[in-house]
Amino acid sequence: MEKYVQVENVRMVFNTKKGPFVALRDINLNIAQGEFIALIGHSGCGKSTLLNLVAGLTLPSDGALLCAGREIAGPGPERGVVFQNHSLLPWLTCFENVYLAVERVFGRDESKASLKERTHEALALVGLSHAEHRHPHEISGGMKQRVGIARALSMQPKVLLLDEPFGALDALTRAHLQDELMKITAETRSTVVMVTHDVDEAVLLSDRIVMLTNGPAATIGEILAVDLPRPRDRLALANEAKYHEYRGAVLDFLYRRQLRPAA
Amino acid sequence: MSAIQITSESLKNIMSDPETVVTGKPLTAVAAVEKSKPGEGWRHRIGQMAGNTVKWLIPPALGLALFIGLWALVSQTSPQLPGPLKTWDSAVALFSDPFYNNGPNDQGIGWNILASLQRVGIGFGMAALLGIPLGFMIGRFQFLSAMMSPIISLLRPVSPLAWLPIGLLVFKAANPAAIWVIFISAIWPMIINTAVGVNRIPPDYMNVAKVLNLSEWKIFTRILFPAVLPYMMTGIRLSIGVAWLVIVAAEMLTGGVGLGFWVWDEWNNLNVEHIIIAIFVVGIVGLLLEQALVLMAKRFSYE
Repeated sequence: MEKYVQVENVRMVFNTKKGPFVALRDINLNIAQGEFIALIGHSGCGKSTLLNLVAGLTLPSDGALLCAGREIAGPGPERGVVFQNHSLLPWLTCFENVYLAVERVFGRDESKASLKERTHEALALVGLSHAEHRHPHEISGGMKQRVGIARALSMQPKVLLLDEPFGALDALTRAHLQDELMKITAETRSTVVMVTHDVDEAVLLSDRIVMLTNGPAATIGEILAVDLPRPRDRLALANEAKYHEYRGAVLDFLYRRQLRPAA
Repeated sequence: MSAIQITSESLKNIMSDPETVVTGKPLTAVAAVEKSKPGEGWRHRIGQMAGNTVKWLIPPALGLALFIGLWALVSQTSPQLPGPLKTWDSAVALFSDPFYNNGPNDQGIGWNILASLQRVGIGFGMAALLGIPLGFMIGRFQFLSAMMSPIISLLRPVSPLAWLPIGLLVFKAANPAAIWVIFISAIWPMIINTAVGVNRIPPDYMNVAKVLNLSEWKIFTRILFPAVLPYMMTGIRLSIGVAWLVIVAAEMLTGGVGLGFWVWDEWNNLNVEHIIIAIFVVGIVGLLLEQALVLMAKRFSYE
């Protein structure tokens, strides 16, 4: 298996007022190109910290992170990030929000028309062509998150990083966006790392589920390979014994072995 | 009811005049039927709007009436204080010729207002030109913030008029000294609010900037400036309030043309009606400035 993203012996220590706080320790993870990885764990276990490390928003206290054989020294356009709370700029329209990213990545080599074309394409991919000229406060939460995904995808990232992207959405919208995300990643063959606390989401979407132990000093407790054929259909999976087996394994890890004492 | 009448009438017309059967008349009948319904809705809505306006107007009107009543009562007991009617007559006379000019010490009320507004405009404009960029820099760079904070904390609580002698000393003229006082009293809210705005930018937006790898210029135009704008507008509003408050006092001391000077001059002439008018004029102009900026601030708010 080709190692595309490598996380080697990573340790993350935050300096707080009460002294150093070890958030993550001994993290070792290799991600192949085109793989869909879910990071799951109880809140506060450092899954977002790990994602931010891959994004380059924070640098590890110890250890190394590599993407395509090069050290991750900061954020880069080859790693697109979708934030938990969409993080669209409220003063820009959906189009302008995506255009900002497109312009940065392709502005040097391409004409304005082609940049606009890319923006239209990205918004069409998430089914939002009709809302291009609306501002974020004029559209629903699910649509905002889709614009966030379009913004990340428009940069044609090699790795797509999603930080609980559907956490704030209602169940129906979430299911719909999960299906769309599966379709999009199948089309673009992107490598994806997604933070989630939703067991069904993790099993449905991923190739491997990385389960983190409880913090402080969280580390990888177990990695579960999800061997379900693609394309996956949530209705068909409901009757699949293997699906329930995987689901049971993750639940077992989270609620028996890693149950937080009176959290 | 009326709709039916119209149709039956037009039907009669049609029957009596066979030539029109094929042409426009039945069509106009239909149009009349359609029109009558929204017409009633409109009348209803206008009635409702008028009702709302009356409801909305009653409390302030009552307040004003109470104020004028109290004023009339006080002026009855104290003979030097002119009552509302006398003041009104005097105001009508004054505003019938607002732009006369009988030399530097006797000019129309219009000139006085404009002179004060001009001083406020210049002083305030310079304060904005310097204060807003300074606020951005203080907000963005921790070092600069630490460097400037003792100076700002020390100078901000100083009463604006305390700066007047310094102005007179440096500029050796009354008019620039008054502008200087406006400048120094208007600059603090703009620096502080802009800096606070920069500090309060949600970290998410800066993360977007980092992830997209935006240039400093793009960060400023696409994130920093729009995010800080509402804070900046608050600073500007506070500043203009302070500036307008201070100009009257400053002009009382410096003289020349202007509302403050005019108040003092009328005090020397013992023309109390004009002093009261001046108080109202200062209040109304201040209110208008404030409202204009509130409107502008609304224009720049995003959510």
